[in-house]
Amino acid sequence: MSNLLLLIPIALFLGLLGLGAFLWSLRSGQFDDMEGAANRILFDDDDDQFAPKSKKFHHNDS
Amino acid sequence: MTQPALCRHCQEPVTASSPAGPDFCCAGCAGAYELLGELGLSSYYKRRAVDPKIRALRPDEETLGSLDFTELASTDDSGTHHLNLMVDGIHCAACVWLIETLLQRNDAVTRARVNMTTRRLRLSWQGATSDIGAILSPVLQMGYRLIPFDPAALEQATVSRNKELLRCLAVAGFAAGNVMLLSVSVWAGYFQGMGGATRDLFHWLSALIALPAAAYAGMPFYRSALGAIRNRRVNMDVPISLGVILALGMSLAQTIRSEPHAYFDSAITLLFFLLIGRYLDGRARGQARSAAEHLLSLNARSITVIDDDGTRRLIAPHKAEPGMVVLTAAGERIGIDGEVIDGQSDIDTSVITGESIPVLTRPGKTVFAGTTNISAPLRIRVTATGGNTLLSEIVRLMENAEQGRAKYVAIADRVAKSYAPVVHFLSLATFVGWWLIGGLAWQDALMNAIAVLIITCPCALALAVPVVQVIATGRLLRAGILVKSATALERLTKITGIVFDKTGTLTTGKPELVSQTDAETLELAARIAANSNHPLSRALVRATGNVAAMANVTEQPGLGLTAHTPFGTILLGSRTFCDIAENADLPSDVTGPELWLAEPGKSPTRFVFRDTPRSDAVTVVDTLRARGFDMTLLSGDRSSTVRQLAETIGLRDWHARMSPTDKAGFVQKRADDGKFDLMVGDGINDAPALACAHASMSPATAAEISQNAADIVFQGDRLGAVIEAIDVARKADRLVRQNFALSFAYNLITIPLAVSGFVTPLIAAIAMSSSSLIVIANALRLHAKTSGQSPNLDIAPLRPTSQQAGA
Repeated sequence: MSNLLLLIPIALFLGLLGLGAFLWSLRSGQFDDMEGAANRILFDDDDDQFAPKSKKFHHNDS
Repeated sequence: MTQPALCRHCQEPVTASSPAGPDFCCAGCAGAYELLGELGLSSYYKRRAVDPKIRALRPDEETLGSLDFTELASTDDSGTHHLNLMVDGIHCAACVWLIETLLQRNDAVTRARVNMTTRRLRLSWQGATSDIGAILSPVLQMGYRLIPFDPAALEQATVSRNKELLRCLAVAGFAAGNVMLLSVSVWAGYFQGMGGATRDLFHWLSALIALPAAAYAGMPFYRSALGAIRNRRVNMDVPISLGVILALGMSLAQTIRSEPHAYFDSAITLLFFLLIGRYLDGRARGQARSAAEHLLSLNARSITVIDDDGTRRLIAPHKAEPGMVVLTAAGERIGIDGEVIDGQSDIDTSVITGESIPVLTRPGKTVFAGTTNISAPLRIRVTATGGNTLLSEIVRLMENAEQGRAKYVAIADRVAKSYAPVVHFLSLATFVGWWLIGGLAWQDALMNAIAVLIITCPCALALAVPVVQVIATGRLLRAGILVKSATALERLTKITGIVFDKTGTLTTGKPELVSQTDAETLELAARIAANSNHPLSRALVRATGNVAAMANVTEQPGLGLTAHTPFGTILLGSRTFCDIAENADLPSDVTGPELWLAEPGKSPTRFVFRDTPRSDAVTVVDTLRARGFDMTLLSGDRSSTVRQLAETIGLRDWHARMSPTDKAGFVQKRADDGKFDLMVGDGINDAPALACAHASMSPATAAEISQNAADIVFQGDRLGAVIEAIDVARKADRLVRQNFALSFAYNLITIPLAVSGFVTPLIAAIAMSSSSLIVIANALRLHAKTSGQSPNLDIAPLRPTSQQAGA
């Protein structure tokens, strides 16, 4: 029985962690553009014909 | 017809008259190509995938920098300016990459991000606000159109509502998963002999998770139920809220008294499933609405006002006042009703009258908002504004007609209206029956009543209908058919008659050459015609394919073209312009708008044009007739033209010379006779009829007001969208009815069990979840069964058309 007292809180904690992560990602706008993110990775950072400027590309939506 | 070469930048065919030929269709495209080469971004052309449904990237179509974005930018505390823009012309991910890269090359820009789903750009930059013109100019030069929008005003309500639903869904999902985990142990414990203390511990843990989660995740239902009760109505959310609250309260009481039965799992799973349905429903509606808003905002235009001192400024059409002088460029849509004071031009009035051939206008004539100025600039004095324009008169007609439609009640609501009281009555009867007649303690009687509420809880109603609708609208959306109204598909299933508009609906709205002429004469005419934007001239050029424009040609708007050649003056234009006797030999079988070519020393040649039907119009009409639809053609055009078309495509019932009011009246009269009509139309003159028909469809080339009035907007050149929409609607309707039948059959078995007190929490949870899963699985059949085999699916447009009305 004592293992239950340990395992149930752990399970709940992990579940809450996942819930928290989801709510955070929802709030930070990561679900706003479902198509773009999938395609964006194909295009960024392979600017072979042009020396990239030092300016950083900003990725995170806030 | 040989296919001409495609422009390297915009992929549109290059006409021989192109100033930047043979590689480019226009100077703008050549400039854009060169600019990308200089910036080292030519790889864009390799990466992109041109979507034929989207407007081609043609810089010349729009005057650059006509909009001043400076005033629209907002500045935050750190001195960074922000601007939200809607981007038109995004074809694929490469366009997103190109726009972002072009903007980021500018050092002032701190952030440029395009949302590919909503096609919106959020731009942040430092420095002066007025730099914005320079920052955006490379993007405009590429041919993208940027339209400012106010993110706060647009769809904010739906977005925040959907986010709330998603949050509730997450919380309910988390709680349902964990409570179910504990419940499964408790159920297993029934058979394996779980100790009472362990069971109580699990019940307490379940209560700890389920109560706060249900309090939060159930908010959308509680709110709507309260609202309904305040208005003395009963909606679906009342039994849901009642069931959830009672089940939780009773379970808590059971837990406190260490009794074996608790319904925490059922209550929270119920919420979870219902939230899925709610969320899907909200998302589908939101998507349709934002697509419609996108279409409409692209068409929003400003007008150029000339002040007394000669300065020009852009204002919104609704801000115009009578007496102002407005300049309308060739090719521009007229934004106001007014009287022409200077200039002579052809006006395309097809959106208002349905007539496919432009009318000549000169000083003193009246022009109407919504029509398009074709050949030469006009100065117009505003005579009517706001509520007095012809346009707003039509809007008023349309709004009147729409009120009838708002009364339509969706099938789910109709069922819910009769279902909810039955559920309430049954569970009350169970409680009273067990308590007073059956002699149980009131707690046990209440447990049985709750079991009835949970078992009957309308999962199927709340879940099955939204799932079917989401899948149906999603399927149509992929085929380029946009369902704007939530009940449109349902209304579409009742259709028995179809009313078509002519110009732009059954026909393409573009005249095509139909008479036979020898190739040499045709080419000469086309070379002259290449100098003009008149629809008939364009048709001549199209008919020959690839010709170079002749030099030394002048145009007299409304009359014709004069070419000055070494061999004398050649005239191309109307009969009077070419000075041809009225009784010249006319082959009587060909009628329609005509052009004459008069060469010195030769007999004049006549070119006859016709507004040709859409490529699949005949097949579609035949198919629809074979299915028993009763079809009518209504047009504002002349009788001869309408008869000709009706005969070509085999429509027996046609009416010509119909005004907007006539059309609406015709449709209304049929509706009063108890007929359910689908109206398909595109012009402003169709808008009232679109609004008062039982259901309505409009092509994406339609006037914005018609798209607003229509339930369904379809893209592309093919009329097959009508069949496709009706097919999908009927299939969806069948599935919805099957789902209702399934869940009622389910209830027929489980309600007697629940009323007689045999339902334990285990049975309730299984019955509820499995019925939900079955209706979802049934709804998914719409997806699986039809995605490959339907012959009508192939409605992808051959050429981009969505912008022709506005360009």
